[in-house]
Amino acid sequence: MKRSVAYYQGCSLEGLAVEYDLSTRAVCEALDIELVEIPDWSCCGSTPAHSYDPLLSAALAGRNLAIAEKLRCETVMTPCPGCLKSLKGALLTYHDTKDHDAFMELLAMPFAGQVKAVSLLQLLYEEVGPDLIGQRVLFPLTGLVLAPYYGCLLTRPAGFAQFDDPENPLSMDALLKAVGATVVDFPYKTECCGATYGVTRNAIVGKLAGRILDMAASLGAQALAVACPLCQQNLDLRQSQVDRYWKRRFGIPVLYITQLLGLAFGIDSRRLGLDKLFVDAAFITRTLHAPTEEVKAFQGN
Amino acid sequence: MRIGVFVCQCGTNIAGTVDTEAVARDALRHPEVVYATSYMYTCSEPGQQQIQRAIEEQDLQGVVVAACSPRMHEPTFRRAVEKAGLNRYMFEMANIREHVSWISNDRAANTLKAADLVQMAVAKLRFNHPLFSSQVPINKRVMVIGGGVAGIQAALDCADGGLEVVMVERQPSIGGKMAKLDKTFPTVDCSSCILGPKMVDVVQKENIRLYAGSEVESVSGYIGNFTVQIRKKTTYVDWSLCTGCGLCMEKCPSRKVPDHFNEDLGNTRAISIPFPQAIPKKAAIDKEYCRQFSKGKCGVCKKICPVGAIDFDMEDEFISEEVGAVIVATGFDLFDHSVYGEYGGGRFPDVISGLQYERILSASGPFGGHIQRPSDGREPKNIVFIACVGSRDASVGRPYCSGVCCMYIAKQAILTRDHLPDANCYVFYMDIRSPGKNYDEFVRRAQEEYGVHYIRGRVGKIYPKNDHLIVQGADTLLGAQVEVEADLVVLATGIEAAAGAKELAEKLRISYDLHGFYMESHPKLRPVETNTAGVYLAGVCQGPKDIPSSVAQGSAAAAKVQALFYRDTIETSPQVALVNERACVACGKCIQVCPFGAIQWKQLRGGVQKAEVLASVCQGCGLCNATCPPKAVQLQHCTDSQILAEIDVLCA
Repeated sequence: MKRSVAYYQGCSLEGLAVEYDLSTRAVCEALDIELVEIPDWSCCGSTPAHSYDPLLSAALAGRNLAIAEKLRCETVMTPCPGCLKSLKGALLTYHDTKDHDAFMELLAMPFAGQVKAVSLLQLLYEEVGPDLIGQRVLFPLTGLVLAPYYGCLLTRPAGFAQFDDPENPLSMDALLKAVGATVVDFPYKTECCGATYGVTRNAIVGKLAGRILDMAASLGAQALAVACPLCQQNLDLRQSQVDRYWKRRFGIPVLYITQLLGLAFGIDSRRLGLDKLFVDAAFITRTLHAPTEEVKAFQGN
Repeated sequence: MRIGVFVCQCGTNIAGTVDTEAVARDALRHPEVVYATSYMYTCSEPGQQQIQRAIEEQDLQGVVVAACSPRMHEPTFRRAVEKAGLNRYMFEMANIREHVSWISNDRAANTLKAADLVQMAVAKLRFNHPLFSSQVPINKRVMVIGGGVAGIQAALDCADGGLEVVMVERQPSIGGKMAKLDKTFPTVDCSSCILGPKMVDVVQKENIRLYAGSEVESVSGYIGNFTVQIRKKTTYVDWSLCTGCGLCMEKCPSRKVPDHFNEDLGNTRAISIPFPQAIPKKAAIDKEYCRQFSKGKCGVCKKICPVGAIDFDMEDEFISEEVGAVIVATGFDLFDHSVYGEYGGGRFPDVISGLQYERILSASGPFGGHIQRPSDGREPKNIVFIACVGSRDASVGRPYCSGVCCMYIAKQAILTRDHLPDANCYVFYMDIRSPGKNYDEFVRRAQEEYGVHYIRGRVGKIYPKNDHLIVQGADTLLGAQVEVEADLVVLATGIEAAAGAKELAEKLRISYDLHGFYMESHPKLRPVETNTAGVYLAGVCQGPKDIPSSVAQGSAAAAKVQALFYRDTIETSPQVALVNERACVACGKCIQVCPFGAIQWKQLRGGVQKAEVLASVCQGCGLCNATCPPKAVQLQHCTDSQILAEIDVLCA
């Protein structure tokens, strides 16, 4: 059955995290999920908006929800946890008796608060499910040891996210296991990566991102799986800076969950934007199992 | 009727937001109100004298006081009017404090509402009749529910006073949580050494009847005359024969049974005596693990028992006890720390609760008093204690302080250093709360003499690394992050209401607070009474407290019962339902709805049937009054005509 969800990609996925966008579209296509891009979507306001005025943040994000609702979409999906928090904030503000009127006045467009906002991970885990994803696998990631890294925001604050366990989330673990990977019990799965301090106080990211990489390395993980553009940026783009801070070479590739699922589904690595990674992940594609006869017959069709 | 109205200002409690003078003036509009005034404190002695003087001088036949809730001072004013020669039921109270002045600041609206309430009370009073109570004998036996230290103290004090006591304990042995403790703060004396003799006293006193392994099934009746149904849960062992020799336990082949007395740290047998000092020292079978029940054959205990006490066909037994008062001392349960994901959510065997550590320290515990890790039996080198787990945390629905954790952590850290002088103890705390006698000195000893490291801050994460548990936290005094490589983590798990507390409260018709702790009659002045006459509270079931406070409440509740039983009879309330036999059509609906079984059939001459209310059983709830089709049943002091009179005023 073909599902259809409104797709709110957010600003990161147009720039630094373009491979997240590419792989999200490719994986959703493979899973028969139609992504309806929200026409004329606008910025969620990000950190500046909610630190200045939560109501402004709610209205900026709410505009995108209102457009999706007009398109009769029931669900708005975003791969970015930051955008997700803004979208959920808009819905909470709409349903808040105290702020509702001010919010609607600022929004100045029809909105019934009926749409649901979910992260890409939540969509894959709850709507599609590990079983269905497992069935779609052509190249199981057998032997690949992964550390699932959720970051601070994807399941928190618990009241906002209403998804998975805030301290020990397991949804990404389950999806990665479903595609055949070996998943380590990663204690730092929700620790801070340093977030936007990468811009202002780089040493903080050096220390915190390094702790995460160090823990992953000590547990024998060959790569990190992530679902947040900012986490990916701190761990991958800045890994050479982290190396300098720690005076060692980590060399741990940091892949989006969608890239890993895509590889298991047999999607071409260029369509998944694997070439956009800073820490080379080519060894993963090289070690993927060769297609079986059955697979070849399937591809022939 | 000549009616007097007295409007209380209650200092500024009422006068602050109600124009009491205006309310009094308004009352005079009513043709039958001949006197109305406002006074600073109507409940004070001069206030009461004012009422009595007015009754005499103005020849009043009825009195209305507009003041606080009748729960507060109705008895006071009833006594006052009675002293002046009126019947105590020729009095009405309008609640203009809890229902008016305390809930709104709108003075004009408040004054209007207060005036309305007074007019309603006046309208009702016009239909009041003098009512007279009767005397019923008091059954001078007392039931104590719960055999922890509070219940034991209450039972012993009552028994010492010559009363007959019935004690009901849910577990197979009395002793409660205190029996599980190793030592007690701040004196570090052995818990079972000071509790043990009291437990023995309970069985040795001839006037205490103990039902262990039993629960209260239902409660009926009222102060002086309760009937309590007790369910004696089957143990499959005839306790009248069992000598507690323990042979069955030795031979039982089912050996992997979680030992609940040891907080599931060790294993026991499917037939067991919970602990060496158990009272009564009798064996009981855990049906879930017994091979006779699970596999249909075994019977080793039955063969080995020298007195033939094992009976696999035994069933729950029901016993009825008649008592005049009930002391509730049902204690507490421990907060389940698995909701804290940051502490591992129950995944790590070496992250344990405070009570589990207590069992580890105990010489009769799972490891014979040797401190070792539950996971691998290794002696820990670094032990971290985390305070406020399930206390002072609104995010897990426990905003209250459990009151004992700061102290028991200090005690456990001291004992740890005594057992293992080379071990390091770290305590992560929010604030140290040690207000008892010698308590703060005790904490200082832990810090200064015993070298326990106190770190002010919360722990954000615990995770396993190699053979250790890494505890990440904050030191908020230094403003630094702290990491401890721990071998064992003890969570100072807080106190929560006992499982089943709400169900028992409903059986006893007592109220409980948001968190399931039983409500006392008055938070300061009536700490061991409930709002149900004849039911008293002791110990942690009323709210978190330590052993000295629990014992004090046990004695206090016993003193209350002694005072009640000093009299031979008790006055019954005449505010009960009454059947007008001429109007009764004998439909029997009232008999069906009465929750107390207070209505029965009465045979008149010629075989005519009519409903009859047993005044001593009726609780005055009014269900029969509302149900009766021809309105033949009327609740005295709250009749249909009185309620309609009030509504008429409100709608006028």
